[in-house]
Amino acid sequence: MTAVSEVSSRAIARARWRPAEIAFWILVACCAFLFPSRYLIMTDIVRLALFALSLDLILGYAGIVSLGHAAFFGVGAYSAGLMALHGIITEPVIALVVAGLVAMVLGFLTSFLVIRGVDLTRLMVTLGIALLLEALAERFSNITGGSDGLQGIEMAPILGLFAFDMYGKTGFFYSLIVLFLLFLLARRIVHSPFGLSLRAIRNNPLRASAIGVPVDRRLIAVYTVAAFYAGIAGALFTQTTALASLDVFSFERSADLMLVLVIGGTGYLYGGLIGAVVFKMLQEVFSTITPQYWQFWIGLVLVVIVLVGRDRMHRWALWLPNLVIRQVAGRKAVVAVPKSDAP
Amino acid sequence: MTTLFTILFDGVAYGMLLFVLACGLAVTLGLMNFVNLAHGAFAMTGGYVCAVLVNQSGWPFFAALPLAFVASALIGAVLERALYRHLYARSHLDQVLFSVGLVFMSVAAVDYIMGSSRIFIKLPAALEGQLDFFGVGIGRYRLMIIVICGLLTLALQLILARTRFGSRLRAAVDDPRAASGLGINVPQVFALTFAFGCGLAGLGGALSAEILGLDPYFPLKFMIYFLIVVTVGGSSSITGPFLASLLLGIGDVAGKYYVPKMGPFVIYTLMIVLLIWRPNGLFGRTVAR
Repeated sequence: MTAVSEVSSRAIARARWRPAEIAFWILVACCAFLFPSRYLIMTDIVRLALFALSLDLILGYAGIVSLGHAAFFGVGAYSAGLMALHGIITEPVIALVVAGLVAMVLGFLTSFLVIRGVDLTRLMVTLGIALLLEALAERFSNITGGSDGLQGIEMAPILGLFAFDMYGKTGFFYSLIVLFLLFLLARRIVHSPFGLSLRAIRNNPLRASAIGVPVDRRLIAVYTVAAFYAGIAGALFTQTTALASLDVFSFERSADLMLVLVIGGTGYLYGGLIGAVVFKMLQEVFSTITPQYWQFWIGLVLVVIVLVGRDRMHRWALWLPNLVIRQVAGRKAVVAVPKSDAP
Repeated sequence: MTTLFTILFDGVAYGMLLFVLACGLAVTLGLMNFVNLAHGAFAMTGGYVCAVLVNQSGWPFFAALPLAFVASALIGAVLERALYRHLYARSHLDQVLFSVGLVFMSVAAVDYIMGSSRIFIKLPAALEGQLDFFGVGIGRYRLMIIVICGLLTLALQLILARTRFGSRLRAAVDDPRAASGLGINVPQVFALTFAFGCGLAGLGGALSAEILGLDPYFPLKFMIYFLIVVTVGGSSSITGPFLASLLLGIGDVAGKYYVPKMGPFVIYTLMIVLLIWRPNGLFGRTVAR
């Protein structure tokens, strides 16, 4: 029994809030008040962070490589858009949850296809599902508005109190609160015994099943949860921009998402958040240099990251904070990707 | 009845084209287990080289085709030696990220150099129009594609089955460790095969400009088709991808003709169903690694 209690006490110790994490969120809150003229781009970052968080759940914690995560984003975006457009559910928060649930149902149904087979099959199936949905959305353009997208979406005030304003202030705080709540939930999930069993599966599925972890069921569960998150991110997109078009399903969206997560690092939840900030800044810089061809530089960043090696990259990035913390507190920095955990 | 034959003919031409485009990928995926999503970029390179030679330098079409092959093969060889070989042992995630990065770069670069609109290659007069064969209209260009691609397929099959290089390649596919133990230079075999596969893709790209359309987004648009050919066909032999390309070609043409509104829906559904039913491909022999 001692082994079990040691494992659980270590897990509990890891789940405790660290000073760096609290500092991170205080910093985020400060940003919200420091840059009142930049709400639109900050909303963009928050949405992307939530979407990346969703991918982190399946990639960083369960080791499922997905090339079509935009499928759930798109389903969430369109469900929120359609609900608002036809006045089915006008209250944004309820619509948000419903849109997430729709994506979740799709995630549950497709998870059975995804958990089968090896990496390559998974890549193909996830990519295929996203393409399929894009083709469907194009086919039923009378419902989805085709390539013009849904137009004339009008959002009701949040909870009947806060109306969306022109400068995106309401939208930003709304997105930020949603992100924070869902982050808390994700944090709870990954530090629970369920989350620990996911790590075991990612590191070695065979061994995990040998110690009695129901591998398939766990993968289905986490895939479904991730789909819910992605659906919420998509719904936030529609609600804050009042727009949903075919490109919510695009391959570029899924690929960019992987870049976001890779920049930030997988498997510690903050990766998606940090990655989203860095990615948006990079995009901003690149599109001021070469407005039309910023994708080239994004591609170059991807190639360089892979060639240098993701582990090494993160070690370099953490060199300075580590140095400071070592000087001040005499120990190593806390935010680091454990070596064995990088997929 | 005649429409049926026309569809079949167009489908076969399309399928053969897909095979030439994708068979290099079958080797990359099968031999080194490398997920190379950037394969379409090599095809696009070949297509644009051919287009520039024919349209701007006034080369005859048939002289530009081999050059499209050579250009893509050279670029493939350089990239393989410089970048790809460092990534063979990496995880699939790294390989996917790397090749997606390459795709983005190639799309933006071609867009920058050549512009974003679709490019047409001027064809010699002998290839335009149709032949009438017992009442069935047969496009001359498609007939040429079938002839060229058919010959290429035969040649590939012969090379693989009869030559020394072919047997080395097959040995390296089956068991790289044992092969290198027997004194086969596996990295060299792979580099050559990779370059050859890229060259074939380039040739396919040049041939396909007329049928598939050539624009900077080519690698993204057809990535899924190449992957379908390889995953459905399996990568253990050349016959698997060949049959898969023919099926895909005929299926796509027939789908577009009979249910035009469903678009690519049919193909994607079929692919997912096939992958669920046979995760190792229709004609797969070994367990996918």
